[in-house]
Amino acid sequence: MTGSTVVSGAAAASRSRRSRALGRLVFLGPGLAYLVAFLLIPLALVLGYTVFRRGRFGGVVYEVTGENFTRLLDPLYLEVVLGSLKLATIATVIALLAGYPTAYLIARLPRRWKTVALVAIVLPFWTNFLVRVYAWIVLLSGPGLLNGALEKIGLGPYELLYGQGAIVTGLVYSYLPLMVLPLYAAIERLDPQLREASANLGASPARTFFSVTLPLTRSGVVTGCLFVFVPSFGNFIVPELLGGGRSIMVGNLIRDQFLKARDWPFGSTLALALLAVLIVLLLLQAWSARRA
Amino acid sequence: MLQITGVSRRFGDVTALSDVSLEIRQGEFFALLGPSGCGKTTLLRILAGFESPDAGSVTLDGADLLGRPAHRRPVNLMFQSYALFPHMTVAKNVAYGLERERLPKAEVRTRVGEVLEKVGLTEAAGRRPHQLSGGQRQRVALARAIVKRPRLLLLDEPLSALDKQVRAEMQLELKRLQHEVGITFVVVTHDQEEAMSLADRIAVFNAGRVEQVDEPVALYERPRTPFVAGFVGAGNLFPGRACAVGLAADGLGVLPGASDLPDGTSALLAVRPERVRLAPETAEGAGTLRGEVADVSFYGGVSHVSVAVPGCERPVLVAVQGATRARPGTRVALSWAPEDGVLVPQ
Repeated sequence: MTGSTVVSGAAAASRSRRSRALGRLVFLGPGLAYLVAFLLIPLALVLGYTVFRRGRFGGVVYEVTGENFTRLLDPLYLEVVLGSLKLATIATVIALLAGYPTAYLIARLPRRWKTVALVAIVLPFWTNFLVRVYAWIVLLSGPGLLNGALEKIGLGPYELLYGQGAIVTGLVYSYLPLMVLPLYAAIERLDPQLREASANLGASPARTFFSVTLPLTRSGVVTGCLFVFVPSFGNFIVPELLGGGRSIMVGNLIRDQFLKARDWPFGSTLALALLAVLIVLLLLQAWSARRA
Repeated sequence: MLQITGVSRRFGDVTALSDVSLEIRQGEFFALLGPSGCGKTTLLRILAGFESPDAGSVTLDGADLLGRPAHRRPVNLMFQSYALFPHMTVAKNVAYGLERERLPKAEVRTRVGEVLEKVGLTEAAGRRPHQLSGGQRQRVALARAIVKRPRLLLLDEPLSALDKQVRAEMQLELKRLQHEVGITFVVVTHDQEEAMSLADRIAVFNAGRVEQVDEPVALYERPRTPFVAGFVGAGNLFPGRACAVGLAADGLGVLPGASDLPDGTSALLAVRPERVRLAPETAEGAGTLRGEVADVSFYGGVSHVSVAVPGCERPVLVAVQGATRARPGTRVALSWAPEDGVLVPQ
C-alpha cells in the first residue's frame, strides 16, 4: 500500500517534470527555432568562411588559409574601418548632444504631453527607412530645397550631398529616436527632489546637471549611445545614398565583397571584425551597467 | 528674524496659501502643523525657493528672500524623502554643500567629520545611502543640511518615514541638536504629537490659512478656533451658545466653562479627555452629564473610556490614569471644572 503510493508519487513527479519541460518548449520553441535557422546557422557559416579561400569565379574553395585576416590589416581596409568608426562616433556624439536636451524636456512635460511628444519621436519609424533617406537627397542636393533657401538669403549654393557631412546627417537623423528613448527613460526615473536638494545645497543649475543629473542618468546615456553607434557603424544604406560612394563605410565594403567582388571569405572576415568591435562595446556597456 | 507677510499661492482652482503672515524668531524651533493639503509644504517650498508666491513678501534678517534663486539662499531643507544622492557616499553627500562654497579641502574634511560625529555616523562615512537603515538615512539628511550652518533649517515631515521606536529617539536627538547648533528650525508636520514635543511655537494651518500661532501648551489648553480645538488633541466638543457660566449646549443644558464671549454667541465648548472626571451615577453636581460606558481601551499609562451620552452626537471621551473599574454598560456621571471647559467662537 505504502510502496505503491511512493511509486505512483514518483511517477507523478516525473510526469509533471516532463510536462513542465514540454510547456517550456511550447513557449520557447518558435523563437528558438527562428534564431537557430536565421541567426545561428548563418553566423556559423560566416565564421566558417573566414578561414577559406575564394574561388576564382566567386564561391568558396575549401582550403584553409589565414590570408583573409592578414588582408584585414591592409591599410586600405583598415582605413575604411577606422573611417566608419569615426563617422559612427561623430553621429553618436551629435545624437547625444541633440537627444539629451530633448529627452530632458520631454521628461519634464505634463503627463499628457509626454505621450504626444514620445509618439512624435517615434513617428518617423512608421515610414520606410529607405524613403526617409531618399528624402534627404531631395533636401540636400545641388538644386535641392536647402540650397534653394540658402540662395534666397544670398548664400551658397553649397555641395551638401555626397560627403561625410551628409552621411553623418543621415545617420543622426535615422537613429536619433533610439538615443532619445533610453535617455528619456533614465531622466524620467530620476527623482526631481534630487535636483532640488542639489540646488538647496548651493549648486548652480549647471553644477547640478554635471554632479547629479548626468551621473544618475549614465545608464541611459550608455544605452542610447550604443543604440545609435551600433547601427551607424555597420550601416550601408546611408553612405550608399548620401555618401556618393566616395567615403565608403565598412557596411558598404562588406556588401561589396559579397555582391560585387564575390569574395565571400573576405566579406565574412570583415563581418566578423565588425561583430568583434560591437561585442566589445556591448561588454563595456554591461560592465558599466553593473557598476551603476 | 524670518518675516512672512501676506503670502498667497494658488494652483489653478486650489488655494494653497491665502494671506499667510508669520514671524519666526532667532533660534526658535517652529512647527507648521496641519492636515495634508493645508498648504504647509507649499510654504516650506516657497521658503526654500522651489515655488514662488503669487503675492506677499518674505524677509530673512530684514533682507528680501524671494528675489534670490534657490541655490543662493542661506536656507537648507531636509527633504521628507531625504533626497540623498544615491551615487555618492555618506561623506560625499554631506560634503556636497560645502564643496559648493568652494571651501578648502581640509576644512571640508574637518567639518564633515565633525557633523558626522555629531549625528553618530562616523562609521558609515564610506557607505552609500542604499546600505543604510531608515534612521541612518534620516541622520545623513540632517547632517547634510546642518553642515552648511544655515541661518534657517527647514524640515519637511522629518520623522514620518521612521518607525515608532526610532521616531521617539530621533525626536529627542533633533531637539538636542537644535540646542547645540543654535540654528532656527522650521518643521512641517501633520502629526500633532510631533509638533507638540518638538516645537517652541506652533502655527496650525487649515485650508491655506493660519488658524492659530501659540506655544504647545497654550494651543492644547486654549484653542481659539473650532478647527484647532478639533485637530489638536482628541477633544470633546459640544455646540451651543455662550452664557454667563459656560455654554448652553443644544439639548444638554448648561455646561460649565470659562468664557469671555458675549452671551448668546454661537460657540463650541472644548474639554480635554483627561480633564473630565468620571463618577458613579449617584453623584450630584452642576453641569453633570450622565451616560453609559460604551467602550474601554487600556493603553498602559492611561485608559480611554468612551461614554455614550443621550443628546450627544459622539461619545464623550474620558482619559483616566492607569486602569479603570468602569466596564461597558456601567452608568456614570461626567463633570469638569469650569476653567477646563474652553469656549471657542464658531
